[in-house]
Amino acid sequence: MEDIVLENVSKDFGVFTAVDGVSLTIHSGELFSFLGPSGCGKTTLLRMIAGFETPSGGTIRLGNQDITDLPPYKREVNTIFQNYSLFPHMTLFDNVAFGLRIKKTPKAEIKDRVREMLNLVKMEDQANKYPDQISGGQKQRIAIARALINKPRVLLLDEPLAALDLKLRQHMLIELMNIHDAVGITFIYVTHDQGEAMGISDRLAVMNQGKIVQEGPPDDIYERPLSIFSAYFIGETNFITGQVKALYDDYLELVCDDGGGKSFELDCSFQHAPAVGSRVTFSLRPEKIAISRNKPRAQDDINMLKGQIEDILYLGSHTQYIVRVGKLKIRVFSQHKRVYFDDKALDWEEKVWLFWHDTDTWMIENDALEQLTEAQLSESGQLSRALKRRGS
Amino acid sequence: MRVFSRKWYKGLNLTAFSLVMAFLYIPILILIIFSFNNSRIIAGWQGFTFKYYVLLFQNTAIKEAFRNTMLIALLSTLISTTLGILTALALENKHFSGRKGLLALIYTPLVIPDILMGVSLALLFNFTRVNTGMITVLIAHVTFCISYTVIVVQSRLEGFDYSLVEAAQDLGARPSYIFWKIKFPLMMPGIIAAALLAFTLSIDDFIITFFTSGRGFDTLPIYVEGTIRRGTVTTINSLSTLMIAFTLFLVVITKRIRKILVSAL
Repeated sequence: MEDIVLENVSKDFGVFTAVDGVSLTIHSGELFSFLGPSGCGKTTLLRMIAGFETPSGGTIRLGNQDITDLPPYKREVNTIFQNYSLFPHMTLFDNVAFGLRIKKTPKAEIKDRVREMLNLVKMEDQANKYPDQISGGQKQRIAIARALINKPRVLLLDEPLAALDLKLRQHMLIELMNIHDAVGITFIYVTHDQGEAMGISDRLAVMNQGKIVQEGPPDDIYERPLSIFSAYFIGETNFITGQVKALYDDYLELVCDDGGGKSFELDCSFQHAPAVGSRVTFSLRPEKIAISRNKPRAQDDINMLKGQIEDILYLGSHTQYIVRVGKLKIRVFSQHKRVYFDDKALDWEEKVWLFWHDTDTWMIENDALEQLTEAQLSESGQLSRALKRRGS
Repeated sequence: MRVFSRKWYKGLNLTAFSLVMAFLYIPILILIIFSFNNSRIIAGWQGFTFKYYVLLFQNTAIKEAFRNTMLIALLSTLISTTLGILTALALENKHFSGRKGLLALIYTPLVIPDILMGVSLALLFNFTRVNTGMITVLIAHVTFCISYTVIVVQSRLEGFDYSLVEAAQDLGARPSYIFWKIKFPLMMPGIIAAALLAFTLSIDDFIITFFTSGRGFDTLPIYVEGTIRRGTVTTINSLSTLMIAFTLFLVVITKRIRKILVSAL
C-alpha cells in the first residue's frame, strides 16, 4: 500500500528552483531517505510534505487524500526538526503532551500515553525536567516522543542526527531503527550523510539540484549507480573512461587509454547495452580491488591491471593505495586482514597487480559529468581527471 | 614576576570596584541615615528618631501625591506596555518594507531631551486648550514610556525561534493557540521587563510631569521639589528612604512574578 505519493512536485523560490518535478511513491511502513548535498532540495521537499511550504506545482497525496494545500496542523504527519525545537518554557512531560492537549484528550489518558511514550524513548525518569537541562541526544528522544504520541501516519525526520557527535549518532541511528520497527509507521528521513542513509533506509532517493537522480534500496544504488552523480555521492569510486570494443550477452569489452600512450582491456557489466565503438564511463569501487605484488592466476571473470604504487595512506580500518597505471590514478582500499597475499607489506614505488571480479566494473549509462557542479568536481580529484581525459 | 603583576591587577580591580560602589551608594546611605536624624536641618547627628516617618504618614498632601503617582504609574505602564506589545508584534514581519523607518521613528524619542519633550507637550496641550491635570500627565507618561516598551519587547521578539511555531503547527496547533501557549509565554520576560521599566520611569519622572501637570495635580517628584524649595527636607528624607525600599522590593519580586506568570500560562 502506498502512503505518500508525490506527483510532479516543484517548488520555486523566485528564480531559484529548489525542487524540480519530483514524482515518487513511498510505501506504508517504509523507512525512506532523501539523500543529497546541501541545497539539493531534500529539505524543501520534506517541508512540503509537512505543510510548511506550498508546492509551486504538482500534488502530494497521503493515502487517498490530496494534502497539497492543507495547513500543517491538519495533516496526519509529524516532524522531527533538526534543532529539535522543544518548547523551552515547558517541562518534558508538557512538551510530549502538547499534541494531546490540543485535541482535548482526557487528563488520565494524557498521563498514560505520555508515560508510554517516554518509556519508548527511555526518558521516563526525566519527565519534570526542562529542555535546557538535558543533553542533545535526550532532546532528540523527547522530540521523537512528542511527534509519535500523535500517532501520525508518517514521521518526517529532517537531519535529526546532525547536531550529535559521532558515537551518539551511531547509537541513535540504531535506536531510530528500533523505534521504527516498534511503531510500524512510515518514516521519511532527510540527510546529507550517506552512511546514515545507507544504514537506516529500506529505500532511498539520491537528490541533486532539485531532482531525484536515482531511487532504490541502498545496496542497489551503491552497487549499480545509474549516474555519475549517484556513484560519486555515495561511497568512493574510481571513474575511468573507455571505448566499447565488443558486446556480449552479460558483459562488454572495453579498451581504455591510460593517458601514457598505452591502452588496456577490461571486461565490464552493464544494465543497458551501449553501441559498439561508443565511449562510456565506468565506476570501480576502491574496496572491490585486490592488490598484490605477485601476478594472480588468470581467470575468465577477473580483470587484471599492472601498476605502480604512488602513495600509501594508513586510515586505521583500512589502507588506501594510490596506484598509477599509465597516467591514471586508481584508488584501492585494502583492509588489514591478517592473511596477506604477500609476505611483506607493500611499499612506495613498488610494482603491483590490481585484480577484481569483472562484474565490479560497472558501466554508468548516464555519461554526463556536466551534472556535477564545479565545486563537486574539485572535491573529487578523480573526477576532474576523468573530465580532462574526456575533453582531450 | 607574573604572579606579582597579577596580584597588582587584582588590587587595582578591588580599588576600582570599591570606588564605584562608593559613588553609587554613599549618597543613598547618607539619605537613609539622615531620615532617622532628630533634627529639622541637616547638620550633624542629633539622635535617632522615627518622628519624621510618623509625620510623613500624617501628611495628607504627601498621601495625595503618592496616590496620584501610583495611579499614573500603573495606568501608563498598562497602556504603554500593551501598545508596546502590539507595536512590536506589528513590526515583527521582516518583509515589511517600512519596518526600519518606523523603528527609527519609535527609537528617536529616547534621545530627545526630557525638557524638549516636556515643553512640546505643554505647548500641544496649550494649543489644543486641554485643561492640564491627571489626563495630560497620563498622556505625557504614556508618550515617553512607549519607546522603551517597544524596544524591550521587540528585542525579545528578535531572538524568538520561529521553528517553535512550526513545531507547534506540526503538532496540530492553530495560530491562536500557538500565540497564547508558545509565543506569549516566551515573550513574557520581555513584557515584564518593559512594564517594570515603564513603571520606574513613570514614578520618578519630574521634568515632563512638571510641564504637563498644571496646578492642583502633584505627583511625588513634583511635591518633593516644591517642599524642598520651601526648605523642609526632613520628611523628604524619610519619603525617599521608603521609595528606595519599595524599588528594591520591586526588583526582588520581579523574578518571582515572571516565574508565576510563565507557569500559569
